[in-house]
Parts: sequence; structure tokens; C-alpha cells
Amino acid sequence: MFIKKLLTSAAIFSTLSVSSFTAYAEEVNIYSFRQPFLIEPIMEKFTKQTGIKVNILFAKSGLIERVKREGKLSPADLVLTSDFSRLMMINDERLTQSVDSKILTENIPSQYRDPQQHWFALTTRVRNIYSSAERVGPTPNITYQDLASPEFKGKVCMRAGKHPYNVSLLASVIAHEGKANAKTWLEGLKANLARKPQGNDRAQVKAIKDGLCDYALGNSYYLGKMLADPQQLSWAEAVNINFPNQTTTGSHINVSGVVLTKYAPNKASAIKLMEFLSGETAQQIYAEANYEYPVNANVAPSELVGSWGEFKADSISLSDIAKQHRTAVKLLDEVKFDL
Amino acid sequence: MISRINLYKLLPWAVTCLLITPILALILSAFQIDDSGSFQHLIDTVLWDYSLNTLLMVLGVITLSCIFALPVAWFVACCEFPGRSILQWALMLPLALPPYIIAIVYTDLMDFSGPVQHFLRALMGWQQTSDYYFPDIRTISGAIIILSLALYPYLYLLLRGAFLGQSGGLFQAARTLGLSPMRAFLRVSLPLSRTALAVGLSLIAMETLGDFATVHYFSVSTLTTAVYNTWLELGSLTTAAKISSLMLLALVILISLENYSRRRQKLYQGSGSTHTELRFVLQGWQKWGVLSFSWGLLFFAFILPLAVLFYYASLYFSQSFNLSLWKYTLNSVWLATIVASLALLIALIVNFYQRLSPGVSAKATIRLSSLGYALPGTVVAIAVLIPFTSLDLWLNRQLVEYGYSRVGLLFSGTLFILVAGYLVRFSAIAVGSIDSSLAQVSPSLDSASRTLGQSAAQTIRRVDLPLITRGMLSAFILVFIEAMKELPTALLLRPFNFETLATYAYQFVSDEMIEYAALPALLIVLIGLVPFIVVSRLMEKSS
Repeated sequence: MFIKKLLTSAAIFSTLSVSSFTAYAEEVNIYSFRQPFLIEPIMEKFTKQTGIKVNILFAKSGLIERVKREGKLSPADLVLTSDFSRLMMINDERLTQSVDSKILTENIPSQYRDPQQHWFALTTRVRNIYSSAERVGPTPNITYQDLASPEFKGKVCMRAGKHPYNVSLLASVIAHEGKANAKTWLEGLKANLARKPQGNDRAQVKAIKDGLCDYALGNSYYLGKMLADPQQLSWAEAVNINFPNQTTTGSHINVSGVVLTKYAPNKASAIKLMEFLSGETAQQIYAEANYEYPVNANVAPSELVGSWGEFKADSISLSDIAKQHRTAVKLLDEVKFDL
Repeated sequence: MISRINLYKLLPWAVTCLLITPILALILSAFQIDDSGSFQHLIDTVLWDYSLNTLLMVLGVITLSCIFALPVAWFVACCEFPGRSILQWALMLPLALPPYIIAIVYTDLMDFSGPVQHFLRALMGWQQTSDYYFPDIRTISGAIIILSLALYPYLYLLLRGAFLGQSGGLFQAARTLGLSPMRAFLRVSLPLSRTALAVGLSLIAMETLGDFATVHYFSVSTLTTAVYNTWLELGSLTTAAKISSLMLLALVILISLENYSRRRQKLYQGSGSTHTELRFVLQGWQKWGVLSFSWGLLFFAFILPLAVLFYYASLYFSQSFNLSLWKYTLNSVWLATIVASLALLIALIVNFYQRLSPGVSAKATIRLSSLGYALPGTVVAIAVLIPFTSLDLWLNRQLVEYGYSRVGLLFSGTLFILVAGYLVRFSAIAVGSIDSSLAQVSPSLDSASRTLGQSAAQTIRRVDLPLITRGMLSAFILVFIEAMKELPTALLLRPFNFETLATYAYQFVSDEMIEYAALPALLIVLIGLVPFIVVSRLMEKSS
């Protein structure tokens, strides 16, 4: 029985093989699109509180494909994403399972979780327009649509259109105004760029400071991070943060979130962690250390974030935006936005 | 019973199959039905722009690498000037720097907000962009320059080896017949180094094709960008696989054409004097010209970026130094050593197969085992996942069927798959390196040895291997350094709680925090340098 011999040796080999699954009674494995230094402090708290060890594998791309290939044997219990499109993608691939948890439904408002309970948002962030404090000043009535109007020619900076944050913004414009209008807007925006899309959100703020442009698109929490970094303080001080579309549809919101994988090997512990992430302790850290808006209504944003004031958020459902994700990616190709 | 003769064939083909399976899996998925219309969409929109950019990148990088590498290789191999013995190994150093790190260093220095332009604005009293012209580094030309600075050492290394191995007598004869040094170089030395040139350029072309991090950082969209976008944003692995397959096809055609054009060329080093005894002693303006070109190249490719890394690493030392760094360093070194040893073994197996029975079959193993180098790391990672996750799933099903308990992801969830991914990507470097050095060992030596009653195995051991020691060392080091630097494959295939220096540095690189990435990046460079220096010393002694 060759095959039997083979399997016996495989079984023996596997027990001898290098395995990191020891020491802790319980563990949770996370595939994370979010950077380790953002979530490690939260995980440390969780381990301290529950004794459950958290293993994190961080990558910027390909994790969903890895879960898919690993199938039933995937070690991943949770996938953490830093934007909504990835959350929907893993959901559409049917790699998730529903979580029936009273704690989660209490902590997370209904618009920030899946009605079927497959995905849950943990934090929200706004796609803001930063303006030069020196040359423009605060512009409370500015809209995303303004960025495409002729008087902004040569004054706008932004990161690559294909970046998930910008794809989501474009998808929301498509959802509101239809593809044709969104295309006109995108072409106008492209014509107004001071330079080819490049760098990250912080680099755009730096460019405003250096006088390269007057307006830039960027997520809200970056301003908090820059103000906290002595090296980048002067960049942050050179801009005003504006909440776009206050007189129209409201500012575009994106979320970071979590799903429980379909074949999670440590389901019970993983759900405990999900509940913890939506709870007040973790939400506090998200708010204070990362300057994100907590989804949990019992937790206030940090003092700094709060000082930017109340704002009107776009009330369109995240699922409606996600439906336009592919259309948005294709539209970016059509107008050759990043080229 | 497998006879010994068959073993010669079986082993190289077994090795090749292992390396090619993931790529075949990828190509197969290119033929699946794709109803998303992604491919058609690409053709209608950006595919031609991407293709043109890719072509420009590859042509630009191989041309510029030639301009960098050819002269310096010839200078250090055939001329005598002050500092030559330092330069000959120092010129390889840029290999130890990951291209994405060089890219970050230069954009940091040169972009609008960087120190160079700040200084100019302060000096000239300029205020904004409209006041002056400064070339934008985040362009295709910028990307070409950076990649050439990072990759020219491959060509330099192979060419220098070829020039050193050439008989100096041939060159002297050409000079005696009235050719100027330049003409003698073009008509004698260069044609004699064609194998090295071809191998070097194809390695550089492959690396350029497979590069994602650098072009992405420079906002240059290439076919690799298309692969990423269609697969990760449009969710169409089929279309991504199609584009990858087309890229591979183009590459295979190119390399085959080059090989075909060399089909009648047979070159072996004769005995007699080598260049080492007949170096030109450079004088006057020639000496200064050679010195400024060589040191200038080294300055921009290595010294300056390294200085910037040192600056940031020392500035942020207290924030970025932690004890985990030792663990990541050990992980990196251990992994790179295993990968380099295995890649060398693979290279020897396929190359000696060609040596013992030259022909289509042997050529095929050499070509096929090298394909993975032209694929972007993330694509290789997924390609490797396809067969090994299937194998794992099968194995677990069987175990359960025979009454054992599951063992989980034995292959794809452990370091096994990481090593496999690296090998698929980097075997090409070792194969090329050994190919180029074996090409210079005349088969008449083998024949003589066989005539004297030695078996094929004894001949390899006692004649060929000692003659290609330098090639083997180069192959090992090149793969070792590549493995130290490799990022995308590592990011996606590593098991939990396993970081390499590159993946650790990337956490910060991905957020453009060069100051925190500097220390791990510096460690990658310094560790890559150790085998370099050791081997350079050995080579110095042996020559």
C-alpha cells in the first residue's frame, strides 16, 4: 500500500514540521490589508484581556486570492480590510460566513453592517478636500464636482486614480450621477491636475505646502497623523481640512472592516475578537491613535477630529457604491486617468 | 530500474517540471472562460499605452545598463589604473540595494519638496513650479534611470567574467594587425563576450518586465500594472493570466531569436595569456576619464543612496531599532541561503544536462526553468499557490479517507511554499550565470578527460566544476542577494509570524515613511555585501 505509507510519513512529517501553533490555548489568525502598526496596539489589548493570541499576516494585495486558494484548509479566521471594496470583494467570492452576534448588532449601526451579517465596518473615514491655508483658506462649500471646474485648472493634486480610496469616491459619483456625468467629471478633474497622479495622501498635502497645488484629495485621518509627527507638522499646518458636498449629497465616506472567513478554524475566538473590535476599548484606540471615526456610537472621535466639526455624511448605502466599483475602474482606464 | 543514462534526463526534467508547474497552472487559467469582458475592455482602452510603456521600459533599461556596464567591465578587466582592484568588486555593490529603495531615495531627493529643489529655489529665489524647469523624476525616464542603476551589475558581472576569461593574445593580435584599441574591442572582445552579453541583458529585461514596485512608485503604468489591476481590482484572474502569458510568450520569442542568431557561434577560452597579464596602463586624460566615469557611476548607484539610508537610519535609530530586527535578519539570511543553494543545484543540473547531451531537450530545460523570472512577484506567488494548495487539499482528503487526522496546509502554509516561490523566480539567475561560465569551457577538455578513461560524472567533478568555480560563486551570491531583497513573493506566501527584513521594511515603505524603512533596508544591503566581499577576496587570490 504505497499510498498508505506515503500518508503515514506525511502525518509523521507534519507533526515534526515547523509549526507556530503552540504555546497559547487559543489563537486567532488574521489576514490583514491594514498595516500592522495600526492594529497591533489593539490586538495586544485583546490578548491581555482574553489570553487569546493573535497572529497577523499583512499584505497589500493578493490576500483574498490566498484565502480562495487555501479553501477549506485556510488558517485565516478573519480578514481585515482598509476600504469597502475589498470587503465586498471577499464577500462576493463567497469566502465569508454570517456572524450572529448581539454584541456586534448593538455596537455597529445598521448602515455599517451587512443585512446578512457577512461583513462589518469598524471605522469610518471621510474623503476630504484639503486646501492651502495661505492661498485659499477654508472653503466650507466646496464640492467634489468643483474640482473639475475650469477655475481649478492646474491647482489640484491627488494620488493614483486606481487607489481604492479614489476608486470608491468615483464609484459614489457614478452611483449618484450616472456613468456619463461621472466620466465628464473625471475628465474635468484630470484636466485640472497640477501633476500626474502620484504619491500617497500625505504627499499631496506636502505638495500644497510647497506651492505645487492649492487643493488635494485626502482621507481625514492623515491630517491627525501629520499633526502628531514633528517632521510633518509643518505640512499639516499649511492646509485647511474641508468636508465636501455639505450643501448637496454630503461627504463621501469609506470604511475599514472585518469579515469572518467561511472555514474559520478558530470561529469562537474569532467572533470574540470581532466583538472586541467593535467594543469601546478598541474603538477608543482607533479614534485616539489612528484619528478614525469610530462606528460605535458610544465612542466619541478624538478631540482633534472632533474639532474639525460636525458634518453631513453621504447617506448612500455602501452596497450601492460597491456595485459601481468595476465600472469605476474601467472608467479610469477609459479616460487614461493615471497615464 | 532506471538506468544511469536515463537519470541524466530524468533529473533535469523533474526539476524543470517543478519550476514550470506553477506557470503552467497560470497559463491554463488564462484559457478559462472569462465573461467579465475585462480583456476586451483593456484592448479598447489602455492596453496599447501599457504595452508601449513596457517596451520603452525594457529597451530603455537594457540600453542604459549597457552604457553603464560595458565600459566599466572592460576598464577593470583589461586596463590598469589607480584603484582598479577596489572598483572591480565595488561596481557590483548596487545589486545589494533593492530597486524600490533606490527609487524612494531618489524621489525623496529630487521631487518638488525634496532637498535638491528646495536648495535651488532658495539659491535662485524661485517661488513656484512656473518659475523654473526641473525634470520630473516620476516619469518613464526616471524609472529607466533608477532601474538601470539597480540592474547594471548583472551585466557588469557577466561581462567582466567574460573579458577576464578571454585570451589576451587575440586582442594583442588584433592590435598588432593595426586596429585601434576601440576597434579591437568592438571587433574582437565584444563578439567573444556575446553569450555573457545576451544572458546579462535577458536577465535585466526579465527583471524589468517583472518589476512592479518601482514603476508603481514612479506612477508609470506597464503591462505588470495591467496584470495587477485586472486581477485585484476587476477580480479577473483569467485576464491577468492572459496578459502574463502574452508577456512570457514575447520574452521566449525574443530570447529564442537571440539564441538562434548565435547558433553557429562556438567560443571557448584558449590557453595562453589572459588579459590579466596584458592590461593597458592608462595615462593622462584616459586615466581621468575612466576614473570619473567609474566612480561617478558607483556614486549615483550606490554611495549616495547608501549615505541617505545611513542618514535616516541614524536619525531615527531609537524609533526603528528593536530586538525583532535580529529575528527578521536571521529569517532573511536563512531563507536566502537555502534558496541560493537550491537554485545553484538546479542550475548545475540543467546546465550539465545540456553539456552532456546538447540538443533541443536540454535547451528546453534551460529556457523553461528560467521563465519565472519575468513574472511579477505577486503573480508568481499566486501561480505557486495554485498547484500547492491543490496538493494540500488532495493530501488532506486522502488522510481523512484512510482514517488519519488532517495535517492542514503542509506545503502551502509553511516555509516550503516560500522557498518554492523564490526558486521559480530566481532560478533563472543561477541558470544564466552557470550557462555563461560553462560556455567558455571547451568541450575538448571533456573529450580529453573521457579519452583518459574518466566517466562523465568524474569529468564533471574533476574538470568542469573546478573550471567554473567563479561562475558557481557568482550564481550563489546573485541569488542570495535577490532573495534578501525579494518583496512581493514574500509578502504573499509567508506563513504567520514570519517577517523578513524586506517585508518589515515594506510596512513603512508602503506608507512612504522612508525614515523608518531605512534601518531594515540598510541591513539588507550590509548582509548582501558580506558574501560579496568574501568572494571577491577569494577571486583576487585565485587570479
